[in-house]
Amino acid sequence: MKKFINKVDDILVESLSGFATAHADLVALNLNPNFLTRKNKAHNKVAIISGGGSGHEPLHAGYIGVGMLDAACPGHVFTSPTPDQMLEAATAVHADKGILLIVKNYAGDVMNFEMAAEMLPFENATVLTSDDCAVINSTYTTGRRGVAGTVIVEKCVGSLAETGADLAACKALGDKVNTRTASIGVALTSCTVPAAGRPTFDLNETDLEMGVGIHGEPGRRREALREADAIVADCVEAILADFQTKNIATSQTEALLLVNGFGATPLMELYLLYNTAAQLFTQHGIQIVRSLVGNYTTALDMAGASITLCLLDDEIKQHWDSPVHTPALRWKM
Amino acid sequence: MKTDFIFDAAQAIQRTILANEHTLESLDREIGDGDHYINMKRGATTVVDMQAELVTLSPEAALNKIGLKLLSTIGGASGPLLASFFMCMSKTLKEHGDDSLPKIAAAFAAGVQAIIQRGKANLGEKTMLDVLIPVATQFESLAALGHDAKLIASALTKTAETGMLSTQDLIATKGRAAGLGERAIGHIDPGAKSCQLMIEAVCQLV
Repeated sequence: MKKFINKVDDILVESLSGFATAHADLVALNLNPNFLTRKNKAHNKVAIISGGGSGHEPLHAGYIGVGMLDAACPGHVFTSPTPDQMLEAATAVHADKGILLIVKNYAGDVMNFEMAAEMLPFENATVLTSDDCAVINSTYTTGRRGVAGTVIVEKCVGSLAETGADLAACKALGDKVNTRTASIGVALTSCTVPAAGRPTFDLNETDLEMGVGIHGEPGRRREALREADAIVADCVEAILADFQTKNIATSQTEALLLVNGFGATPLMELYLLYNTAAQLFTQHGIQIVRSLVGNYTTALDMAGASITLCLLDDEIKQHWDSPVHTPALRWKM
Repeated sequence: MKTDFIFDAAQAIQRTILANEHTLESLDREIGDGDHYINMKRGATTVVDMQAELVTLSPEAALNKIGLKLLSTIGGASGPLLASFFMCMSKTLKEHGDDSLPKIAAAFAAGVQAIIQRGKANLGEKTMLDVLIPVATQFESLAALGHDAKLIASALTKTAETGMLSTQDLIATKGRAAGLGERAIGHIDPGAKSCQLMIEAVCQLV
């Protein structure tokens, strides 16, 4: 393992401290229990809280700010945060219109957020993200996994909450975006969890893992590395098949295309993937009208990428386009 | 039930977890993600370290405190599952009392029911419930028949072992091994193993 580390046990707190200092104009950090909040508390809106294991940066703390999250609760690397974090974060950001929890569908996260929801002294609701169409059930999941599509859910729900919409409306939009979003990932290398010190899984120099999860958990199949266009074609096909299974029409629909890096793949390659993915979706009658390319939901130092397609409607498009100012996503303000 | 017994049980659980490091680690490496032993050790040590705080409390208050503490220290899926068990057991004892074996058995069964609800799993899914459900059922029926504690403890130890071994032939449909499908057959579930060890350790104190 070759990483920038002082002591393995200190990685999380040192990284969070650096993040909070670097973005001191936007976020504030609380330690023990660990959570981050907006620097300036918002008022009279549904408070949006997300969280999950660390190692997926900038998810989730990178999306705290106007137009997105009010707070984020980071767990240890690839480990769910605990209810005490959510409870204190909720108490800090509660703004009289209830709490919406955005949770990626992993067994640990679901149970910890569920217990927090039961213990919360505020009205609350939960949006579970499950955009990964690669597999049903996996190492950490009963049901589909929540991956990079979570960023789109957080952006749209955050935007709606900013308008003063109520809790039910925010939850409904989150659920809708999740349903209209599908993702699939490909790994070229494993990632290495610092505390483990060795790669999570073995992957030959000549192989790739199709449908990999954001913790390096297995996907659909191990196969030989091919040219990028062929890999993208399989991803596009999987995403279109998923919408077909869900009975959601894709033809003549406007869409947002997100090509997300897992941490160790250069932007140059991500744009190459985007180029092919955009062409293929267009050939299938989908109009790519919004794009996002970069490292938005990572898996530590894994080389690889995921492709996410979100089918837009007027409401989703409006909330994707609205002003946002967070450490990792910023436009129009 | 006395709080002293709860603390003695925590110590016995810590001893058996530490003594079975190799077994738990290798089972979890086969079909999990290799962190089960570390999590169980952290949980057991946390509870043992709470001695000063626990001895001043009533049994039900001690169990609730243990649940809340585990919730914030273990994390992952084990934290909420074990916490739900202790918090629900505490609630049941508080409502119905703790002065007889049938009442303690009912509280144990309520705790197991809380795990079923939290984890949305049931018997036969290759999880800790393959140990806990048969043990809870037998505990309630033997206690209702008025058997003495020693006999019940010895019966529950055997039932826990049978339940643990039964996970070897099961396909996992819940928990960490669920993604493995048939590849998990032939492996004992690490959560079932640690539950069996804990039940055995506590029963030996009776």
